[in-house]
Amino acid sequence: MKELLLIAVGSALVNNVVLSQFLGICPFLGVSKNVKTAAGMGGAVVFVITIASFVASVIYKFILVPTGFEYLQTIVFILVIAALVQFVEMFLKKSMPPLYNALGVYLPLITTNCAVLGVALTNVQKSYSILESVVNGIAVAVGFLVAIVLMAGIREKTEHNDIPKAFQGTPIVLVTAGLMAIAFFGFSGLI
Amino acid sequence: MVNKYTERLYNGLIKENPTFVLMLGMCPTLAVTTSAINGVGMGLSTTVVLVLSNMLISMLRKIIPNSVRVPAFIVIVASFVTIVQFLMEGFVPSLYDSLGIYIPLIVVNCIILGRAESYASKNPVVLSIMDGIGMGLGFTVGLTAIGIVRELIGAGQAFGVQVLPDAYEPVTIFILAPGAFFVLAMLTALQNVFKNRAQTKKAAATAVGCESGTGCETCKSRETCGGKMVFSELVSEAKNGTENKVAKDTNNTENEAKGEEPK
Repeated sequence: MKELLLIAVGSALVNNVVLSQFLGICPFLGVSKNVKTAAGMGGAVVFVITIASFVASVIYKFILVPTGFEYLQTIVFILVIAALVQFVEMFLKKSMPPLYNALGVYLPLITTNCAVLGVALTNVQKSYSILESVVNGIAVAVGFLVAIVLMAGIREKTEHNDIPKAFQGTPIVLVTAGLMAIAFFGFSGLI
Repeated sequence: MVNKYTERLYNGLIKENPTFVLMLGMCPTLAVTTSAINGVGMGLSTTVVLVLSNMLISMLRKIIPNSVRVPAFIVIVASFVTIVQFLMEGFVPSLYDSLGIYIPLIVVNCIILGRAESYASKNPVVLSIMDGIGMGLGFTVGLTAIGIVRELIGAGQAFGVQVLPDAYEPVTIFILAPGAFFVLAMLTALQNVFKNRAQTKKAAATAVGCESGTGCETCKSRETCGGKMVFSELVSEAKNGTENKVAKDTNNTENEAKGEEPK
């Protein structure tokens, strides 16, 4: 239990996936214009990462290791993730059309969200058990959700500020992300 | 006329530089640029994958059915990444260790899939290879530039060699995570300065020849539009042609920025 808690806190806060591992920067910068879409994106990512880390570690343990095909992990994982994203997309399109429309082009892009593949690969690298992988997956995804929602909140506030012309758009977002990264350094004392 | 092959190189290096102009592949850009040498290593391995996958995809572009093209591209890219990963593990183990998980993550680098989708799947083999080289070198230049700045400020070194005097106190935060964001922010802001300057010049040039009759002088949004938008609401009927063209142009650039094709 203590182990799991350590993994969860470590992945969600201390080694935050966006602000210290730099995974999933594209959606972090792209879909963080307002809190609602950011939360939707975060939710979709939580969903996808949780299932993906479970499926990926099951496949790795029970198919790739026994057959000696460990080196195919990258290919297999990315295909699993692509299929999952397709599934989530169909699910959202049917059950939550407004959210589907709001997420727009970024939903298929979860496939190329490095965070998803990154988690699957880290789980294997650190030889986590299946339970540990799932916990790690959820924690990483929650870390992503927290970061993107905070970012969106800040961006909503800074939108009407008087920002120097050269810094408008991406640069100010990057500066904000940098300051958030400094803030998240504060968590490193937790473990 | 510029040779179309060298034009591809120029396009990747300057005009559509993946790091600074398209802002693609941000994850490795920020993560591995703690030193210049890491930037070069990451850039070159991405270039190799990009060239090989562009080549193969371009060769197979008439065979791969349209409906399954994205999964097919991903499998091709993933195979090359696995090969590159093993080669690096065998021949440059130190670089392999410092790049770590970001090597397998080349698979999900938006640049590669973006180029496969928007260029290699539609163009002949040699052009696609040149496109891959251009884009890859553009990416390498971007990563190296960021890496040099971070290493210089954060450790007082360049490519592992001490260049600043010992009296210089390194600002360690620049080689930590936040520094990556700050350096990229500064570089993009710098780029915006140049872009804004170029735009004001261009706007000044076009504003003179503004559509007569409707009168740009009375337009309230003249300051911001620089005489480019010709009263979109009022005269849209009369100027349908130009309007559409402007709208189409902006659409194109947006789509390109996302590495997507205009649908």
